[in-house]
Amino acid sequence: MQIPENWLIHQDATPLNENDPDMLRVHSIETFGTHDGPGIRMVIFAQGCQFRCLYCANPDTWDVKGGTTKSIDEIVQMAIKEKPYFGKNGGVTVSGGEPTLQRSKLLQLFTKLHAHGINTALDSNGKLLNDEVKALLSETDYLLLDVKHFNDDWHHTLTAVSNQSVLKVAEYRESTGKPMWLRYVLVPGYSDQEEYLHQLGAHFKNYLTIEKIEIQPYHLLGAHKWEAMGLEYKLKDIKPPTAEALQKTAAIFKQYFKEVKIN
Amino acid sequence: MKTQEKISVPFAEGAWKKAINVKDFVRLNVTPFEGDAQFLTGPTHATLQLWNTCLAAMKLEREQNGCLDIDTETISTITSHAPGFIEKDLEKIVGLQTDALLKRAIKPFGGVRVVEGAAKEKGHLLSYKVKEVFDYVKDHNTAVFSAYDPEILKFRSKGILTGLPDNYARGRIIGDYRRLALYGADALIAAKQADKLAIDGELTEHQIRLREEVSDQIGALQSIKEMGAMYGLDLSRPAENAQEAVQWVYMAYLAAVKEQDGAAMSLGNVSTFLDIFIERDLADDIITEIDAQELIDQFVMKLRVVRHLRPGAYDDIFAGDPTWVTEAIGGHFEDGRTKVTKTSFRFLQTLYNLGPSPEPNLTVLWNNELPEGFKNFCAQVSIDTSSIQYENDDLMRNARGSDDYGIACCVSYQELGKRIQFFGARANLPKSLLLALNAGREENEGTVILKNIPAIKSDVLDYNEVLANFKLAIKEVVRVYCKSMNIIHYMHDKYYYEKAQLAFIDTDPGIDIAYGAAGISIIADSLAAIKYAKVTAVRNELGLTTGFEIEGSYPKYGNDNDNVDVIAQEISEFFFNELNTHKTYKNAKPTMSLLTITSNVMYGKMTGATPDGRLAGEPFAPGANPMHGRDTNGAIASLNSVAKLEYRYAQDGISNTMSMVAKSLGATPTDQTLNLVAVLDGYFAKKGHHLNVNVLNRETLMDAYEHPEKYPQLTIRVSGYAVNFIRLSKSHQLEVIARTFHENM
Ligand code: SF4
Repeated sequence: MQIPENWLIHQDATPLNENDPDMLRVHSIETFGTHDGPGIRMVIFAQGCQFRCLYCANPDTWDVKGGTTKSIDEIVQMAIKEKPYFGKNGGVTVSGGEPTLQRSKLLQLFTKLHAHGINTALDSNGKLLNDEVKALLSETDYLLLDVKHFNDDWHHTLTAVSNQSVLKVAEYRESTGKPMWLRYVLVPGYSDQEEYLHQLGAHFKNYLTIEKIEIQPYHLLGAHKWEAMGLEYKLKDIKPPTAEALQKTAAIFKQYFKEVKIN
Repeated sequence: MKTQEKISVPFAEGAWKKAINVKDFVRLNVTPFEGDAQFLTGPTHATLQLWNTCLAAMKLEREQNGCLDIDTETISTITSHAPGFIEKDLEKIVGLQTDALLKRAIKPFGGVRVVEGAAKEKGHLLSYKVKEVFDYVKDHNTAVFSAYDPEILKFRSKGILTGLPDNYARGRIIGDYRRLALYGADALIAAKQADKLAIDGELTEHQIRLREEVSDQIGALQSIKEMGAMYGLDLSRPAENAQEAVQWVYMAYLAAVKEQDGAAMSLGNVSTFLDIFIERDLADDIITEIDAQELIDQFVMKLRVVRHLRPGAYDDIFAGDPTWVTEAIGGHFEDGRTKVTKTSFRFLQTLYNLGPSPEPNLTVLWNNELPEGFKNFCAQVSIDTSSIQYENDDLMRNARGSDDYGIACCVSYQELGKRIQFFGARANLPKSLLLALNAGREENEGTVILKNIPAIKSDVLDYNEVLANFKLAIKEVVRVYCKSMNIIHYMHDKYYYEKAQLAFIDTDPGIDIAYGAAGISIIADSLAAIKYAKVTAVRNELGLTTGFEIEGSYPKYGNDNDNVDVIAQEISEFFFNELNTHKTYKNAKPTMSLLTITSNVMYGKMTGATPDGRLAGEPFAPGANPMHGRDTNGAIASLNSVAKLEYRYAQDGISNTMSMVAKSLGATPTDQTLNLVAVLDGYFAKKGHHLNVNVLNRETLMDAYEHPEKYPQLTIRVSGYAVNFIRLSKSHQLEVIARTFHENM
């Protein structure tokens, strides 16, 4: 089966936010997340995404009708069972897919988690910013904001959409004074141009809420999923960044951010 | 090291002065340490030189089919061999089992034929003189088989009961080796003599046997003095300084491993005790930190070269030539203080100073109140060496009642000097389930094992029918298991009594008899499949199950799903309650373990296809672990499923192994350490009992598989203890590699 280029890209995501208010559409849950926010985290991969990143490791999260539905209370119960492992730093992270497509439900989830003293983090691509997202961000202890590229054309090439909303989300988060981490996927030949790395740094250098920037080395571990879905994986010849390339990028970011971490 | 002129700081006195009571001595004199690992030092030149000699000898040992040399002429006793040294002038702590490094001794009272066979496999001939002895006396093995019945033999040969200590020494008993250092042999002899005189009144069989046992113990203590004298040590008196304390403790342990070749011969909890002597010498400026570490390094080095002569068949059950010199480290006192001392750190430091090693089996007694500095150091050592395991201190101390305990064998609580254990290997639960599905016939050949199991009515399996049959089968398996254990331990006491170890234990101690069950995760998944999916048995022309077709999905153990986890709980409770319905030799109290030691591969080979979809011959999961690849919600969900198994039904231990690559613990070394600490805090707060932690990567293991010579010290933890990876069989190595790596990339 050959699937068209723009498969699902114009899917209407509103039902995801509005139907079944007590159910979250979930791709999978990883109980031992150690790379998506501080400490040990239960990571919920939310279903549905409207970006089309060339390197996406989870294309099976795109379809807003895919995944399975799980009740929010059930997820809260799972988190409570895991709470002893969270220690001082850990908690729950919602990643994706793009979690803000289910913002009203996540607001409910995060509010309940907070009622149980569980820390919340949201890993978002910054596609959306409206009142519902703002309400969700107010219940979000850590915003992990993916900045895929600073240059809008390149952002388009990489993700099929513009980065303007991403920068707006960052600006909004800064205005709330609540912590945020930036995440930057380093793809050789696509997102490693020094001038744009510097521009990104310069843009954010005065942001007070950014605790750190994480460099995520591009990897090919999701490529097989594209093939399984009948999609063409366009980056198949791109190798993960070398240790030197990572260090070089880190050195550039260090000029602008107080903490740079290779994730 | 300066010589000691006088002891300036007397020990705080208490009950330990009036009676044998090491616990009281430790409680009154310990200096808990709340700091971090900064104070630790590296190895001395002497230590390194000695260790290099040992490494060279071990290399030669590996090249010679895993055995450097055997003294086939001399039956090993406490005093049988002339003193042995690595390099005498460099040794701060002396003593070897025989007169030469890694030369193995024979201990034929467990079974002379087994010893003869083991020697032969390694190209040695057992001396006719030794064989001749057994024309006149009996050994444990012969005695047990003289009392076995056809039923036991069948259960044994068909692998329903495996690893029974009927042709090797049972081990498990932990002498309180600290007693020799604190009191000296003369005081211990005097106390035993008083005990013996007090055994009076109606002389029952029990009383008579006890008198004989205590006499044997006194004899052992006298032999220990003699052995000390051979090394120029006066063991009749208490140790007077740190070096002597370490040396005396080691001599007591050495006597045990010269006399016995028990499957597991733990050390106890000597680190906190030894720290008291070390602290005093440090305070008196008699030694420095470098000297203190050197004593521990050299002590540990000696423990690493303990060897027993084992047959190849034994290695199939207990892979990797283990000795289980288990030392418990850390934990808390009943009064809430930590038992962590600087010497707890020093023991762990040996894994850096001498490199990683499976032995001694270092076991950290974890609780959430342990000092942060110690927790972080443990996590760091785990990440760097994979050589330590963890057990739940609060759970065991509260359930079992004493803070003065060691770990017997791999994971089992043992109060020191007060009680002992009778070891009993394990029953194969999945094979028992297959008996239930095959009307009591063994699934491979159809041999009738149980007569009272009704045939299953339909090949589409019904949960209630299967469960009822399975419980019937368990009842029968337990009945036969209990019979065999009583015979084994009766005979072991009679023909291979552990006099050197019992000499360091109170007279007439309480006894736990430790049963075991293997394959709990297969049981949970099999029954869940039958309950929640449609499972159809596929049978051959004999009507024996050869496979199972599963339609539909079902919850799998290892995902924190109560629907299936509760089945594992129910079966372990049922099995344990059944054990309690039988009479035991010496009124021992039954306990049960959910472990496999390293036998999970061997169990798998012997066991036909199971209703969870596992194919015939495929390995079991180790210990109480979920089956490989079925725990799909990540490591924490997996841990939570295992933590639900209740300790009160499995007080002999519930073993769990967590293997992962370092990266999956966190992006940076600091994250990795803190996250591992959080995992341990969480697991034990959830009332998990035991956790092995392997931090490895696949590439390293694959490379070690291909090029063993490059990794002489690579250690991994397997169900309750650690092994040297390259000493595992190739199939076992592959199984370890295939096992769940909790990678999340
Ligand atoms: S935003 Fe994330 S889920 Fe969406 S396409 Fe990009 S990488 Fe994939």
